[in-house]
Amino acid sequence: MDTLVAQLQRQFRDYTISLYHQGFLDDQFTELKKLQDECSPDFVAEVVSLFFEDCEKLIGNMARALDQTGNVDFSLVGSSVHQLKGSSSSVGAKRVKGLCVTFKECCDSQNFEGCVRCLQQVDIEYKSLKAKLQDLFNLEQQIVQAGGRIPQVDI
Amino acid sequence: MEKGFSPVGLRVLVVDDDPTWLKILEKMLKKCSYEVTTCGLAREALRLLRERKDGFDIVISDVNMPDMDGFKLLEHVGLELDLPVIMMSVDGETSRVMKGVQHGACDYLLKPIRMKELKIIWQHVLRKKLQEVRDIEGCCYDVGADWFTQAQFLGGGEDVSFGKKRKDFDFEKKLFQDESDQSSSSKKARVVWSYELHQKFVNAVNQIGCDHKAGPKKILDLMNIPWLTRENVASHLQKYRLYLSRLEKGKEIKCYSGGVKNMDSPPKDAEINSGHQSPGKSSSYAFLKATETDPKQLAPASVSDPTSGVHMPPKAKKTRIGYDPPNSSGVFDSLLPWNDVPDPLESKPPILYENSFLQQQPLPSQSSYVANSAPSLMQEEMKPSYVNEDEFLMPQDKNSTVILQDMDLSAPFSSNATSNTDSIPGSLNWELPEAHHSGSLDTDLDFTWLHGEHFFANSGLQNFQFQDYTSSTSLLSEPPPHLWYGNDRLPDPDEYTLMVDQGLFIS
Repeated sequence: MDTLVAQLQRQFRDYTISLYHQGFLDDQFTELKKLQDECSPDFVAEVVSLFFEDCEKLIGNMARALDQTGNVDFSLVGSSVHQLKGSSSSVGAKRVKGLCVTFKECCDSQNFEGCVRCLQQVDIEYKSLKAKLQDLFNLEQQIVQAGGRIPQVDI
Repeated sequence: MEKGFSPVGLRVLVVDDDPTWLKILEKMLKKCSYEVTTCGLAREALRLLRERKDGFDIVISDVNMPDMDGFKLLEHVGLELDLPVIMMSVDGETSRVMKGVQHGACDYLLKPIRMKELKIIWQHVLRKKLQEVRDIEGCCYDVGADWFTQAQFLGGGEDVSFGKKRKDFDFEKKLFQDESDQSSSSKKARVVWSYELHQKFVNAVNQIGCDHKAGPKKILDLMNIPWLTRENVASHLQKYRLYLSRLEKGKEIKCYSGGVKNMDSPPKDAEINSGHQSPGKSSSYAFLKATETDPKQLAPASVSDPTSGVHMPPKAKKTRIGYDPPNSSGVFDSLLPWNDVPDPLESKPPILYENSFLQQQPLPSQSSYVANSAPSLMQEEMKPSYVNEDEFLMPQDKNSTVILQDMDLSAPFSSNATSNTDSIPGSLNWELPEAHHSGSLDTDLDFTWLHGEHFFANSGLQNFQFQDYTSSTSLLSEPPPHLWYGNDRLPDPDEYTLMVDQGLFIS
């Protein structure tokens, strides 16, 4: 006989664990959660939003640079990739970060097709993460609305 | 000072173009109970730092930023403000980390950064403060850490002891400055003579050949380092010459056995003056003239002789003396009003300067010192040297008397100060003593030769020490306790820091 809160909490826990296990998130995300407190109750959500905004901007830069057919500035692409790598490391976006490594290599070797592929993958990956985290935050909200506390999930 | 030190409220400036990291770091640092200021642009950061010269304790900056290379920012901060800087990056490649260290970073953190790493950054601030205390104390050692005792030793020489005491008080006042009394901080800009930089210098000197023909200008030209000024070279040259003459005398030089020792050099004027006799009489006359120079002026604005350039603006928070704008983009020009004489400098001279002997007329008999370095003059010469003792420690504008005296003072130890400098051997290892002070006067003197600032301060006292202190190690004993506390802004004797392993600028 599970209460709504209990169900939601279980869902939340399971979902969180799966995100880690599937490699979407790493322990940096855990650290972020630790930083959240009464002073900044929406800290994680805010940081994550900043990250996704940054993603959009950087991916846009990369796309524009790669679009200059015949005159691609790979160092420009590379520097955006580097920034994205730094950014993704801030929220624990593990997959995105991993892709950046490959992407950087393509830039360094001026591999146009490789870069384009990486760009596409990065785009898919960050959007996927964005959706998942959105689901997670929704669950949190539902728990709170149902009068429950958000459980601490130890990975 | 350490007693009063607490990590709580440490004023941190975080510079990162990544908004996500900026937010996270701000939160983390606040959790460490630090006072945090964030900045998304290097340019902005520099502006902030300059505006609030004593407003920050430490800077944490990312390596990659759009408007300025993090290493460049690091250099500027180090040179101008002498604040500890921690670099950060998601890239932990050895070469990058090494570059950070070479540019003077006190630490290099890899992103993602953990709380535990930020919790202990205060150690860098404390370490720097301790180094400064040690540097000052070292200077005091050389000139007689125990000021009052020294006055006693002086015995007769009314004028000298009186002058000494007066300076003592001034200096002590400075030392006793309330830690929170930021306004009288006298951070000075400093040229960090990295090992590489020094090598270039040595190469240039050797290239020119005969040491006494190697003038700062020639050396500077040969070194071809855009931001280095003639004054920087001149002061370094003096130290070098004295160092060489010491070696020549066959004194045991203690080897610097690794580890960078941050040593502030003695007051520029002292350095400049000391050992600078070689350039010839003309230069000493120039020094004489230099006494009138406004001590607060920065090199560009001052007399062109070596002494003037040396003068560090008393209050300058590490403003770089005689720094020529880097020959990079115009961006830097706007960022670096090097040639401007910062107002704060003008308006807040340390107490010391108000009574400084800089304003004094050079003793008329000074010139005779240059020509005459006979040991018999030592006694007399000592007096003037004492008069200028404090200047050794303060980055003051050149005082010609200092130069002359130093030259002569070294006479007893070498047959002739001038001749020493003349016969500087071709190439030398720039060895820096690692230890601070030993029991023996001799070795201490040697140390001080190699210590940036000590050398200078000590050179002025050589004679004196030998003649009156031979049996006394009081000079070398524990510095007065008061030197240790409440001095987070000790007068930085000089911009001159000899750092073997931290190459700052390798062009």
